[in-house]
Amino acid sequence: MTARIASTAVVLLLLAVPLAGTVLDEPWLITLATRVAILGMAGVGLNLVLGYGGMVSLGHAAYFGVGGYVAGILAHHALEGHPVLAWPIALGGTDSMIVIWLVAIVCGALLALLIGCLSLRTTGVYFIMITLAFAQMIYYFTVSWPAYGGEDGLPIYLRNSLVGLDTMDPMTFFLIVFAALVVVIFLVSRVVRSRFGLALTAVRQNEARVRSVGIGGFRIRLVAFVMSGAITALAGALFVDLNRFVSPSMLSWHTSGEIMVFVILGGVARLWGPIAGAALYVFLEQVLGSMTDHWQFWVGLLLIAVVLHARGGIMGFTSGRRSDDG
Amino acid sequence: MLDVVGLTRSFGAVRANDDVSLDLVSGEIHALIGPNGAGKSTFISQVAGDLAPDSGSIHFRGRDIGQMRAAERARLGMARTFQISSLIGGFTVLENVMLAHLGRLGESMRFFAPVARDRKLRKLARECLEQVGLDSRHRKRVSEISHGERRLLEIAIALALEPAAFLLDEPMAGLDQEGSHMLIGLLDSLRQTAPVLLVEHDMDAVFALADRISVLVDGRLIATGKPDAIRSDDTVRAAYLGVEQP
Repeated sequence: MTARIASTAVVLLLLAVPLAGTVLDEPWLITLATRVAILGMAGVGLNLVLGYGGMVSLGHAAYFGVGGYVAGILAHHALEGHPVLAWPIALGGTDSMIVIWLVAIVCGALLALLIGCLSLRTTGVYFIMITLAFAQMIYYFTVSWPAYGGEDGLPIYLRNSLVGLDTMDPMTFFLIVFAALVVVIFLVSRVVRSRFGLALTAVRQNEARVRSVGIGGFRIRLVAFVMSGAITALAGALFVDLNRFVSPSMLSWHTSGEIMVFVILGGVARLWGPIAGAALYVFLEQVLGSMTDHWQFWVGLLLIAVVLHARGGIMGFTSGRRSDDG
Repeated sequence: MLDVVGLTRSFGAVRANDDVSLDLVSGEIHALIGPNGAGKSTFISQVAGDLAPDSGSIHFRGRDIGQMRAAERARLGMARTFQISSLIGGFTVLENVMLAHLGRLGESMRFFAPVARDRKLRKLARECLEQVGLDSRHRKRVSEISHGERRLLEIAIALALEPAAFLLDEPMAGLDQEGSHMLIGLLDSLRQTAPVLLVEHDMDAVFALADRISVLVDGRLIATGKPDAIRSDDTVRAAYLGVEQP
């Protein structure tokens, strides 16, 4: 099977499950597919730095959570009628998805810029630890921030709105998420095949060589890191709209670990890999989770098997060698 | 073109480079020779910007480049090759050269157009590959080509930088006789493009190519001059040629 067929299979599966949910009148299936698409999108963000750029970030929950809190806080203020900020500029809440997405993307990018500037000076284990530390800082900050629910989180009562669509309808919301995912993956596919993408994959493999041809590795990695943060933040905003709830758990290191598991299970540096990984993870969570409380043990075993014997994950396993040149 | 004055660098108690001064004028091949551990690679690394000197100055094309990062120096036209082939292993031969072109053109921040089908970059890259005789191998991955071909690819990448100076760190390393013979021909023609600072162990190559030779022993420069003068220099013979040359 070629990579194209494997990718198509992932897309078809992602569309088939909610369709089946509609036909069989099992709306939870639609919600499940929506979750896969959103978690997968968070993984697509991480994959840009982890897979293509070789930067192992264990702090992507930070961007996921910040996107989530942007959605939660803006929606909360829109409902309550209080401004988010009264001074120096008046800034009200909003329940417009478009605005929320844009704000989430910008916040995710800015946070990634800040964290990236500091952490990208390190590599290897130190980089893993610094990204983790930043994410934990933000986690503890939200836990102790009573204005937005602190540890208990913040519910939003209605899904945010998008150009008159009934976003509370599961299928409508799924299609919104799916469309956003397709756009994100299209953009990432262009980026990784662009001049920048060539430089990014080169930096991963041999930074000294890249320097010697006049390309600064730090700048390349930082830009990729910022893009990655923006994508993961968008996924976070969508995740909060799906659950109509945001809490610090989105920011905990478990979330960072899960996002990384999606990427590794699905296949690093493969465009649709994180979607496949998230799908498998959610599937196992449902199936094994209904049989045993210790389902994560089996996921752990699977993960070890993938890391030891099938580095390309699901996409690599089904499509043989990588198609997209790293 | 390149003017290095008083370069000094220590690693702990070891003075790897001690007050080394060397210049490169257009049209020449200037060879830097010396026994293993004399500090030749340390010298190249400092000139290329991968290693900061303790003291000394480096001027290139009339500018003080002492504080510049390696990438900036490369954009200014300083093309180095590595002693141990340092290529992007997962890339094709062509992609390796395209990367150098986009570095030179400062185009690494373009995010949308697919690079693989870019006519301009491909054409530029293939021209460089043709110059070193590797064009027929452009689709091969670096992991699939021979050691000799990798040495040639290093040169093609250097050419892609449209350099004002070449820094070649043992380009002959590990080549068989036929390979070295071919590379000598290629290096000979490089000096028309830009002057070459050549670090090399292969004495036949050095004496066949060099316009000037500098000899580095234990971190100090003991002689600089024309090949004939170096060959007959007593200090050099005692310190170096006599030991290693049969």
